[in-house]
Amino acid sequence: MTYFPEEVVEHIFDFVGSHRDRNTVSTVCKAWYQVERLSRRTVFVGNCYAIGPERVMARFPGIKSLSVKGKPHFADFNLVPYDWGGFALPWIVAAARLCPGLEELRLKRMVVTDDGLELLARSFPNFKSLVLISCEGFSTDGLATIATYCRGLRELDLQENEVEDHGCQWLSFFPDSCTSLVSLNFGCLKGEVNGGALERLVARCPNLRSLKLSPAVSVESLNKILARASHLVDLGTGSFAVDHRTDVYHMLMNSFPKFKSLRNLSGFWDASPCCLRAVYPVCTSLTVLNLSYAPAIQGDDLIKIICLCFKLQKLWVLDSIGDKGLAVVASTCKELQELRVFPCDIYGAGTTSVTEEGLLAVSSGCPKLNSLLYFCYQMTNAALITIAKNCPHFTRFRLCILDPGKPDPVTDQPLDEGFGAIVRSCKNLRRLSLSGRLTDQVFLYIGMYAERLEMLSIAFAGDSDKGMIYVLNGCKNLRKLEIRDCPFGDIALLKNVAKYETMRSLWMSSCDITLGGCKALAAKMPRLNVEIINENEETYEFEENLSDLHKLEKIYVYRTVAGPRNDAPDFVWTL
Amino acid sequence: MSPPLEHDYIGLSELHSPAAAVVGGGGAEDGALNLKDTELRLGLPGSDSSDRKDKVALTLGLLPKIFVSGAKRGFSDTIDGAGKWGLAAGGGGSEVEAGKGGALFSPRGERGGGGHGNAGNDAVGKAVGHEPKDTGQVGDSAGNDRGVAPAAKAQVVGWPPIRSYRKNTMATNPSKNKEDANGKQGLGCLYVKVSMDGAPYLRKVDLKTYSNYKEFSLALEKMFSGFTIGQCGSHGIPGRDGLSESRLMDFLSGSEYVLTYEDRDGDWMLVGDVPWEMFTDSCRRLRIMKGSDAIGLAPRAMEKCRNRN
Repeated sequence: MTYFPEEVVEHIFDFVGSHRDRNTVSTVCKAWYQVERLSRRTVFVGNCYAIGPERVMARFPGIKSLSVKGKPHFADFNLVPYDWGGFALPWIVAAARLCPGLEELRLKRMVVTDDGLELLARSFPNFKSLVLISCEGFSTDGLATIATYCRGLRELDLQENEVEDHGCQWLSFFPDSCTSLVSLNFGCLKGEVNGGALERLVARCPNLRSLKLSPAVSVESLNKILARASHLVDLGTGSFAVDHRTDVYHMLMNSFPKFKSLRNLSGFWDASPCCLRAVYPVCTSLTVLNLSYAPAIQGDDLIKIICLCFKLQKLWVLDSIGDKGLAVVASTCKELQELRVFPCDIYGAGTTSVTEEGLLAVSSGCPKLNSLLYFCYQMTNAALITIAKNCPHFTRFRLCILDPGKPDPVTDQPLDEGFGAIVRSCKNLRRLSLSGRLTDQVFLYIGMYAERLEMLSIAFAGDSDKGMIYVLNGCKNLRKLEIRDCPFGDIALLKNVAKYETMRSLWMSSCDITLGGCKALAAKMPRLNVEIINENEETYEFEENLSDLHKLEKIYVYRTVAGPRNDAPDFVWTL
Repeated sequence: MSPPLEHDYIGLSELHSPAAAVVGGGGAEDGALNLKDTELRLGLPGSDSSDRKDKVALTLGLLPKIFVSGAKRGFSDTIDGAGKWGLAAGGGGSEVEAGKGGALFSPRGERGGGGHGNAGNDAVGKAVGHEPKDTGQVGDSAGNDRGVAPAAKAQVVGWPPIRSYRKNTMATNPSKNKEDANGKQGLGCLYVKVSMDGAPYLRKVDLKTYSNYKEFSLALEKMFSGFTIGQCGSHGIPGRDGLSESRLMDFLSGSEYVLTYEDRDGDWMLVGDVPWEMFTDSCRRLRIMKGSDAIGLAPRAMEKCRNRN
C-alpha cells in the first residue's frame, strides 16, 4: 500500500468513514498519517479537554465539520456546577485561525457566548450548519449575528439550550437574500417571536425541510407558515392550543392534509386534545412522533393518535400514556425502534403512569425495538427477563425506576437477574442505565457479558468496591462510566488504573472516594486529569490542610493529552 | 393555611405559624438546635438571607437528614399529602444514603446556587425547596424501615435523571403541573385576571397564594367588596363529592354575583366544582358575573363534571 501514490491512498481512505477507523488508519505509518490528516473532513472531539483546539486544527487543516462535547453527562441533571467549564470560544478561535474552510459546527453541553457566535459568523465564509445541544451562555443577539453574517446558512438547530432572550428581532436579521435554509429549529427559545419575520423567512426558503418552532409561535402564525411550507418533512409546532370555536382552529384542521412529505412531528408544547385532532391526517405516514411536552394530552387521546401511526419508528411520550396506551403501541407500531417514556408528574406518586406491563407489551409487540428510555415506578425481574428474550437487539437500554433503590415489588429481590438477562441477551448493547435495588451481582454480570458496552450509568446501586471492579475489569469497550451515590471507594478506584486511559471519562459523585485515593490515582496516571469538584465553601480554601481521608463529593477523571486545564474555576482542583 | 407538619430527624416539632417567624429576627443563636432556622417563614421566593442558609448549613452538618424548609410551606404539604419519600428502600443503597447524609448536605454558598437559575444548585438549596424542580419526590417508600424518620428524607439532587430543560419546560406549562400549588417559588406564580361585571377596572390575583376556596373567596371579597361567591364547600378533598346540583342552584339564586372562570379549553366554568388544585391548574382567568347572567352556567358545569368523571 505504501507504494501507491498518495492520491490513491487518499481515495481509498474516502471509504473509511468512521472516526475510529480513520484514527486507526492514521497510526499505521507516517505516510498514512499524513494522507489521513490532510484528507480528513470531519473530526469529533468527545471531551473538549482531552486535547487542545489548536492541536486538532493544526493536524487537520482541511476539516469541514467539527463536533465537540463539553460538560460531563451528569451536568444535565444539575450535578455539575454552573461554571465548571466547557467553553466553546477557544475552539471557535482556533478554527477561525487554522480552518477557515469550516462548514459545520456541532457543540454539546458547552458554554457558548454571543462573542463566540459573532466570531463564528464572521470567520467562515462557507459556513453552513450550526447545531447547539444543551448549551448555554448565549442570547438571541448571538443568533442575530449568525443570521446576519452566515450567507448560505443551511442549518440552525438549537436543541434544549438555555438562551437568554434579548428580544424577538433576531429572525429579521436573516437578509432577504437568505434563501438557503434547509433546517431551522428554535424550539428552545422562550421569548417572543416575530411572527411576520418568521413567515417571510419560511416563504423565501424553498428548500426548507425541517422547521421546529418555539412555544411563543402562535397557531395563527403556524397556519400561515404551513400554507407556505408544504414540503416540510419535519415539523415542530409552536403553541398548539386554540379554542375550537375559532377560525384559527378550523384553518389548523385543514392545514395538515396537504403535507405529503411530513414524517416527523414534535413540539406540541401546550397542545390541547381538540387541536391534536388536526394531525390525524398525517399520522399514517409519520415515522417520528414526540408528544413528550404535552401533558394535557391524556391516555385516551394519545391512544387515538397512536392507533393511526403504524409506520412509527420513534416515539417519545409521557407516562400518561399508561400501560394501556403502550399496549396499543405494541399492537400498532410494528416498525418501532425507539421508545422514550418520560414521567409527567415528577413530584408525586403518579396515578397514571407506566409499569413493567407496558414495557413487556411493547417488547413483545415491537420486534425492531432497539433503543429505550423508560421512566416507571416499578419493574420486576421476571419482566426484564422476558423483555431481554423478546428484544435481543437493544443497543440502548435506559431504565429509570423513579424510587432509588427500589427492589422487585413482587419478590422483594434486587433487580440483578433482570438486568443480567438484558446484558446477556443483548449482545450489541452500547449504552445502559441502571436503577432500582442492585447488588454487586449485577456488575458481575455486566463485566462478564456486556462486551460492547460503551456507556454505563449507575445510581444508588452496589454493595461494595467489588461492583465497580467487576465493571472496570470486564467491559472491554467501556468509554464512559458515571456513578452517583454508590458505595465504591478508593480500592475500586485504584484497582485498574490503566483502564481509565482506554476510556473517555469517569464521573463519581457521592461515593466513598477520598482525597488520598485521588492523589494516588493522579500520581500513577499522569495522562489523566483527576478533577475534584468541591463546592464546599468551608474546605476549598484550605486544600492543603485537607486530610487524605477527606471524602470527596464529586470527581471527574478523564484522559487527556492537554494536561491540566487552565480555565478551571476555583472549586475545581486538578491533581 | 393549613399548618404543614414538619418532622425532622431529631423529632423537633413542627413549625407552625407565622408567629414563629416573627420571633427574634436574625438573632444569631448558635447551637445545633436552632429552631428558628428550621422553621417556616412566609417569605417571598429568594428572600432567605444567605446567612440564614449558612446557619442552616452548619446545623445540617451536625444533624444529617434534618429536613429544612424555607418559605416553602406548600412543599411540606406535599410531604404530608403524599407521605412518600422514596429514598433507597433497602440494603446497601440506603446505607450509602445514611452515610452520605453529611455529604449530601455539604453547605455550599450562593455561588453554586444563587442567581444561576437551575444550574449548580446545592443540596441545601434543594432541601430548602428553592428548586423543587430539580429534585424528585418519588413514589412509594413502602420499604422504608431503616430507622430514618420517614418524613425526614431529603430531596435527592439530580433525581430523577431528567434534563433541566425538560423539567423547566414542564414546570412552566400550567396544564398538568402537580408542582406545589401553594409554594412561592418564582416559577410558581399564577397570576390571573379577575374581572367583575360593572367594575371600572380589573384586578390580578396569584392563585398560588391560596390553598383552598375559602381563603380565595375571602381574598376576592376583600378585593371586590360587596361581592359574594357563596359557599363553595371544602374542596381540599379529592373526589367528586363536590356540590350537588341543588346546592349550586341555591347559590345562583341566592347571591347577587357568581364567580366563574375560563378554563384551558376556553370554556366558562363555575368556580367551586373541582378540587382546588385542579382549579388552579386549569384556571386562565376569572369573571365575577352578575347572578342573572350566570343562570345557564350551572347545569353545564355539572355536565362537564360528569363527563370528566
